[in-house]
Amino acid sequence: MSNLESLKFFWPELILSATALIAILSDLFYERKESHKVSFWAIGGLLLTFITIRLFGGSSVNGLFMGTMALDPFSEFFKILIVLSTIIVMLMSFNSSELDGYRKGEYYTIMSIMAFGLVMMTSAIDVLMFYVAIEIVSIMSFFLAGYLKRNPNSNEASLKYVIYGAFSSGVMLYGLSILFGLTGETNFFAIKNAISQLGPDSNLALILSIVFILVGLGYKISAVPFHFWTPDVYEGSPTSITAYLSVAPKAAGFALIIRFFNIAFGSNSAMGSDEWSSLNSLPWPFLIALLSAATMTIGNLVAIQQQSVKRMLAYSSIAHAGYMMMAIPVMSQSGIYGIMIYLFMYMLMNLGAFFVVMYVQDKFDGENFDAFNGLGWKMPLLGISMTLFMVALTGLPPTSGFVGKFYIFAAVIEAGNQYYWLAFVGVINSVVSLYYYIKVVRHMYFEGERSDIVSLPESKLTTSLVLVLALPTFFLGWYFSPLVEWANNSLNFFLGI
Amino acid sequence: MSNILSWIIWLPVIGMLVISLIPRDNSKIIKQIAAITSGIQLLLATYLWQVFDSSMGEMQFMERVEWIPSFNITYILGVDGLSLPMVLLMALIGFIGIFVSWNIDKAVKGYFSLFLLLNTGVMGVFLALDFFLFYIFWEVMLLPMYFLIGMWGGPQREYAAIKFFLYTLAGSVLMLIAILALYFTCGNTFDMLVLMETAPVALNGMLWWGMSAIKVIWVLLFIGFAIKVPVFPFHTWLPLAHVEAPTAISVILAGVLLKLGVYGILRINYTMLPDGVFWFAGALALLGLINVIWGAMCALAQKDLKKLVAYSSVNHMGYTLLGMSAVIAASGMNGSNLISAQAGVGGAVFQMFNHGTISAMLFILVGVIYDRAHHRDIEGFGGLASQMPVYTAFVAIAFFAGLGLPGFSGFVSEAMIFIGAFPVFRTIVIISTLGILLNAAYFLWAFQRMFFGPANEKYNDLPEINSRELFTVIPLAVITLFLGVYPRPFLDLVSSTLNLLIESVVTIGGYAGNL
Repeated sequence: MSNLESLKFFWPELILSATALIAILSDLFYERKESHKVSFWAIGGLLLTFITIRLFGGSSVNGLFMGTMALDPFSEFFKILIVLSTIIVMLMSFNSSELDGYRKGEYYTIMSIMAFGLVMMTSAIDVLMFYVAIEIVSIMSFFLAGYLKRNPNSNEASLKYVIYGAFSSGVMLYGLSILFGLTGETNFFAIKNAISQLGPDSNLALILSIVFILVGLGYKISAVPFHFWTPDVYEGSPTSITAYLSVAPKAAGFALIIRFFNIAFGSNSAMGSDEWSSLNSLPWPFLIALLSAATMTIGNLVAIQQQSVKRMLAYSSIAHAGYMMMAIPVMSQSGIYGIMIYLFMYMLMNLGAFFVVMYVQDKFDGENFDAFNGLGWKMPLLGISMTLFMVALTGLPPTSGFVGKFYIFAAVIEAGNQYYWLAFVGVINSVVSLYYYIKVVRHMYFEGERSDIVSLPESKLTTSLVLVLALPTFFLGWYFSPLVEWANNSLNFFLGI
Repeated sequence: MSNILSWIIWLPVIGMLVISLIPRDNSKIIKQIAAITSGIQLLLATYLWQVFDSSMGEMQFMERVEWIPSFNITYILGVDGLSLPMVLLMALIGFIGIFVSWNIDKAVKGYFSLFLLLNTGVMGVFLALDFFLFYIFWEVMLLPMYFLIGMWGGPQREYAAIKFFLYTLAGSVLMLIAILALYFTCGNTFDMLVLMETAPVALNGMLWWGMSAIKVIWVLLFIGFAIKVPVFPFHTWLPLAHVEAPTAISVILAGVLLKLGVYGILRINYTMLPDGVFWFAGALALLGLINVIWGAMCALAQKDLKKLVAYSSVNHMGYTLLGMSAVIAASGMNGSNLISAQAGVGGAVFQMFNHGTISAMLFILVGVIYDRAHHRDIEGFGGLASQMPVYTAFVAIAFFAGLGLPGFSGFVSEAMIFIGAFPVFRTIVIISTLGILLNAAYFLWAFQRMFFGPANEKYNDLPEINSRELFTVIPLAVITLFLGVYPRPFLDLVSSTLNLLIESVVTIGGYAGNL
């Protein structure tokens, strides 16, 4: 489809890029201390984007912009996830005292541009578009991680992020160029056709290129062994940005992995693991399963030792990437919608947990476990919500976290007994994670003084945002049919392409 | 009342919501609401018992509501002769537990809310017939229990609470794998009644890594349940949790929560994996024996009265395992001895109920003396019989019931278990009768040290057991004595269901050699 024709399917992205431009322009007209008002434009634009995504919902068009983008319910699911989490993080940032003293206009502008990049990642079906989208996201994340320019930790975070990011996208680009050399194509579907023509003598090159591409994508979802940047970046960044980095790029990264590997290296109608592995002589599913087991185990074991809740959540987000990766080697439909359901649940509970951490950090001046002492007695709403988020992150019923894990484990077990060991590693890891998550609860309720004066957060926005995240975390644990249906439908269309 | 089971399960949550609306200063009203809620629940459970048709072994009062159709998850409840006694026990202990905790003054609102939530979780496990629902209720119990031990417990409460939590969670996640494996291999359903039919057929001859799938699933489920029972070597969380928990929570823990494990084995392992029963029965009997002897020996060595009672639970639950293993007596290979299978399994279920009432009584009485003397050191007392005669009388009843003296219900169930298991596991039964002797030794020795001998001057003016405490102990003592003399009503209640259970295990399950 030609570029002009494609534009009419591109409304959400157009609105999103217009939002970023309007945000920049509007920032010129605000005083320094009024600069946070840029967020109204940004949030307004994102809401408009959300509405247009819904309006175009259900339609499925392939090969937009000369075969570089696809519009399908699969990308719609992820777009909604990304736009929602961007809106929530922007609202979270309103009351963040970390950002005080900085000009906030740019902050919201950069976030809008990042959201644009993430949305592009979910619908790219061309290697070039895929690379450009990843770079937009990466560069914007470097800005955001280093946004607290007078804070050395934040600078360190940004610098580490840049070095790791540049290195891994370099490696990935190398992998992509090998792939281009082999196939002479950039479109995922064309690559797939070209690969099927290749003889066995190009297997080595193909394997090399896949490993290199995995380096880049593994870095985006912070899978072991490409996770080393995560804790430092998460710790140094402003907490709101940490929350954002732990959710949105991960979602987009998974969307891209699923799409790229399914289309280019799998049979896109029926994703059988046979075809997936027969493509090359290495046992790919096993390799990714191993990475997944390593990711969750290392994430969990290191999280146990952390003194800072923020850093603990950073490591735990590595572990969560590991749980989600469990469903990739299975390469079944239920595996993919397991990941989608998990991501949705994870967005709610992880943003919620980071939000409470951010509040405690601002209010009680510390992000260590001790800062949480007695919080449950002082502020019951925050205490109960945080308990809920922690329990959900552990994956205990009746919370949404359990539902996410349940679908992932179900997909792994459905694949047959060659993956039971992976499910076993997964559940044991959930038990291990209980130890550090419940530590937060212990500090909130068992340590510190019990106060008789109960209070709510001063700002109504804080209270309502906590509720907005906590209530679905609880109720989706009881009734999750609509979400499952939605994920399932999104996938049917994706498979039908 | 067509959905009486739902009412029994969810009533405590309603009570909890009402409590959450009351300002935290009105601790009296909060306690009253908790008492009323459990009282109504007890009445409903009694009504259920009255309208229950014990001549029928099948599920009764079934409820079935679509829940998550895309995953075949359904809200199914039902009650039969195996779950009804447990429901009655929970309703009774839950009601008594409210009065046992009447003296709680720290964060009353939180305590009673969590107490009621725990009640819902336990009831749900006993009544759920959908595996997904069962698992949710199974896990719902953990968080309230963690808080109840960790917040209102003794000096080492935090360690005890996290140990309890980690142990039981480790068991239940293994169960989750087994549940999912059953789901995908046996026709995509969580409906337990359907699984009972399909699982033995579907799993027959299936091999995983050269092992029989039945064995793998059996072991995964068994570990999950064994941690709750607790079966040696998974019992180490129990003494700690008991000692640190506040009295009412120890009562619930020993009185009802330990039964969940045995209930699970009977409800799930026995019906869905009957082949596995034959494979595992010997190990089950042996584990029962170890529990009996190990628990008794540990109890003998304790200086802390509460720890002694806690280890006596390990000992008593050992008998239930032994009784359950007797089911294989009814198979042709073992001489089709239906009577001893009935005696064994019936004895196991009866022992569960009796241990519920007896250990609840023991823990309440330990709490009574602890509230007054602020320690539980057996050696620290002496001659209490002259200082607190009424209390002494009740302790005597509880101790005698605990050691299995004829005339108390514990004797009947233990005798049934021995009679049932004797034809199949002769040596094990003979050795485990030693446990009875050790039982008598630790209970009587503790009794002697605490209540006889020279009186400890320090405790001359200890107040006698008060009427609230008597109110909590007397019903349990009456039940124990009544069922000890006339166990028939209980056995009639459970026998039809257990006969069906034995029949299905024996006819569907082949011989261990088939695996």
